[in-house]
Amino acid sequence: MKLQVFLGAFALAVGLIACTPNQNPDVLTLGGPFEFTSQDPARDGYVYTRLQIAESLLEVNDNGELLPGLAQTWDMSPNGLTWRFSLRENVRFHDGTPLTAEAVVNALNMALRKPGVIQSAAIESVNVEDALTVAVHLRAPYRRLGAVMAHYSTAILSPASYREDANVAWMQGTGPYKLVGFDPPHRIQATRFEEYWGKQATIPNVVYLTGHRAESRALQVMAGQTDIIYTLDPASLNLLRRQDNVRVYSDTIPRTIQIKVNASHPFMAERNTRLAMSLSLDRQGLSEKIIRVPGGEANQLVPPSLAEWHINDLPPIKQDIVRARGLLAEEGWLPGADGILERDGKRFQVSLITYADRPELYVVATAIQAQLRAIGIDVDVSIVNSSGIASGHHDGSLELALVARNYGNIADPLGLLIADYGNHGNGDWGGMGWHNDELPAVLEQLKSERDPVLYREKAQRAAHILAEEIPVIPVLFYTQQTAVSSRVQGFSFDPYERNYRLSEMSFAQP
Amino acid sequence: MIGLLLRRLLQAAFVCWSIGTLTFILLRLLPGDMEFRIAAGRYGHDNVDLAAAEAVRAELGLDQPVWQLYLNWLLDLMRFNLGDSLVSGLPVVHEMLHLLEHTLMLAGAATVVSLLIAIPVGLYAALKANGWFDRLSLMVSAFLRAQPIFMIGLALILLFSLELRMLPVAGFDGPRYLVLPAISLALAMAAVSSRVVRHSASEVFRSAFFTFSRIKGLTFRQAFLRHGLRNCSLPVVVFLGIQLASVIEGVVMIESLFSWPGLGHGLAHAIFSRDVPMIQGAAIALGLIFVGLNLIVDLTCYAIDPRSREAA
Repeated sequence: MKLQVFLGAFALAVGLIACTPNQNPDVLTLGGPFEFTSQDPARDGYVYTRLQIAESLLEVNDNGELLPGLAQTWDMSPNGLTWRFSLRENVRFHDGTPLTAEAVVNALNMALRKPGVIQSAAIESVNVEDALTVAVHLRAPYRRLGAVMAHYSTAILSPASYREDANVAWMQGTGPYKLVGFDPPHRIQATRFEEYWGKQATIPNVVYLTGHRAESRALQVMAGQTDIIYTLDPASLNLLRRQDNVRVYSDTIPRTIQIKVNASHPFMAERNTRLAMSLSLDRQGLSEKIIRVPGGEANQLVPPSLAEWHINDLPPIKQDIVRARGLLAEEGWLPGADGILERDGKRFQVSLITYADRPELYVVATAIQAQLRAIGIDVDVSIVNSSGIASGHHDGSLELALVARNYGNIADPLGLLIADYGNHGNGDWGGMGWHNDELPAVLEQLKSERDPVLYREKAQRAAHILAEEIPVIPVLFYTQQTAVSSRVQGFSFDPYERNYRLSEMSFAQP
Repeated sequence: MIGLLLRRLLQAAFVCWSIGTLTFILLRLLPGDMEFRIAAGRYGHDNVDLAAAEAVRAELGLDQPVWQLYLNWLLDLMRFNLGDSLVSGLPVVHEMLHLLEHTLMLAGAATVVSLLIAIPVGLYAALKANGWFDRLSLMVSAFLRAQPIFMIGLALILLFSLELRMLPVAGFDGPRYLVLPAISLALAMAAVSSRVVRHSASEVFRSAFFTFSRIKGLTFRQAFLRHGLRNCSLPVVVFLGIQLASVIEGVVMIESLFSWPGLGHGLAHAIFSRDVPMIQGAAIALGLIFVGLNLIVDLTCYAIDPRSREAA
């Protein structure tokens, strides 16, 4: 009898807990796959700029143009060696201290002590010019310093945020939301900052929760528990599109799925072979059936949104098995008994590595495996940690790698292209074993090119070299899939993934 | 009694040293460059390059000889210092406590719920041994045990979160978030423990001493409380000890399905990013939990069973 009473009470308690609704009218809940381990802008800064806790000197609009951020105006000296940033007045950090040139110099010096995009500009020193002016002195002109100053790793935090070893103890940013809860690697809580310099946020509280499994994330938004889920897996899309209380947004972002090729490998040194591999891919099928967003076929590496670097009149690469086989035959590859190509007694067998951080990569990898098999190339797919790409590049063990490269990491892809192709056409995530001196020379000139017309011409030349020589095979342009609960109004997606624009969102009245 | 405690303490110290050393050696033997792995964990998966890896190597002194790194770790361990995480830079103890707290909360809640299911179900099945209830509970147990645990979790999510909209799908933000993961784990645990209860209770009910106690005139209730309960609880307690240890190790699936920040999940992620101090810390914590559980089982058996007291 006692037991029954106890069980009854337990069931009642569970019931009562359960009856509270899943949606809190004062809290916007966000979910995504990104784990974070620190508050340091150099490490996980993107989490904090997206949640609008931290801000940088400059901002970027949807077209990649720079806008004023914490700096209201900025200019470059005629020789290109000194940049001056004039700071906005009456800006306060979350700890109440004012934004001053000294605080900015301190934050940039902290960023300079760590690896990151800021290292791509040859910065000699950062100085206080007057109370609200910061001067950045360069050893060599760097036209794209503005884009670096819009990157999350150069977000400006108050001096009190940093410990002596340059790591961040507790983030004191300037954004419309203020960090109040930090439970790595899963949860961040932020609350509206009432003394924000710009337009106040409407929704008072924000919670970000890492969801490890793509299925769980999709279910969270369906159950009404989470308002916005970033980065959905392709398999959940159709299910979510059928829900009444969820809208799915598909936004193209400057990220490309591409195959990094070891061009020093004896099988893949010839351009014809790489071209044949490219021609064997059914990009349309991959885009429609695997990514489930039609129109994502990539015919070059840099996506259309980065207009200066994208070749508009380049025709799409159509799958052409016959031509691919012909090109391989020209290089001496002939099918063996089991259909796999052979040359001088060697089978065309290579390995392709990819990583699991992006849910679609390994699915695309297995489809590519089947498509290369159709022209007689035998590919083993293995899933590694993403660091296997960079370490495989350096120890020479990498043969093929399927990667998603973010060309919009900073607002101009120059820095990224220099990292990927600057070393005679090679770089950790770009070319490998390929030899080209024109491309790095063009990229080097672009660093100091001030004339926009010439800049575009040279950028186009760089894009043509990449499209001609195929050191890396473009596969798909990336589409970001976001599921948004119907109660959220004012949602928009920043293609550069710097800012989730939470302060512009509000809840529909129930 | 004191001897038992001392023995367990010594065991705990040995467990700390041996697990820590073993993880240290195993991680050195794993393929893949450590500094690249750590850099990926620190700077994000597509920001890892040679420069980041070299910065990591220089900062953490990974180019020191292996024996020196090992000695440093051993000295720190003797001072009860587990070091700092290579990825986040925070003290391992601090992170471990956060994870341990959540794992213990989940395992504890799951155990309580599983006992609330297993004891009544097992006893009733033993009472009506081979009756329809016994057979049904056997079938349900076999069915639940045969499911991978995330299937049970997903089924509960589909029912309670998506259909009924009563409970959140995943996360950790108060007691509501504990309900589904704890019940998923509890169902899998109760599937086996209810059969252990049923088996040991039915042995007692069929035993000569129990029959005798009834013959001498005690009611069933009196006979069970005085003669049956202690006898049938011994195997159950021992089994629970083993089960709980395996639950704490095996909650990785449930923790990742429900985004629960527990030890199993933390350990898996630390391994991906080669965060050696975190892996050592998590493995040592799991080892100590095992020793602690054994101690609790021993003490409980000691309290339940007068024979063991006499032997001591």
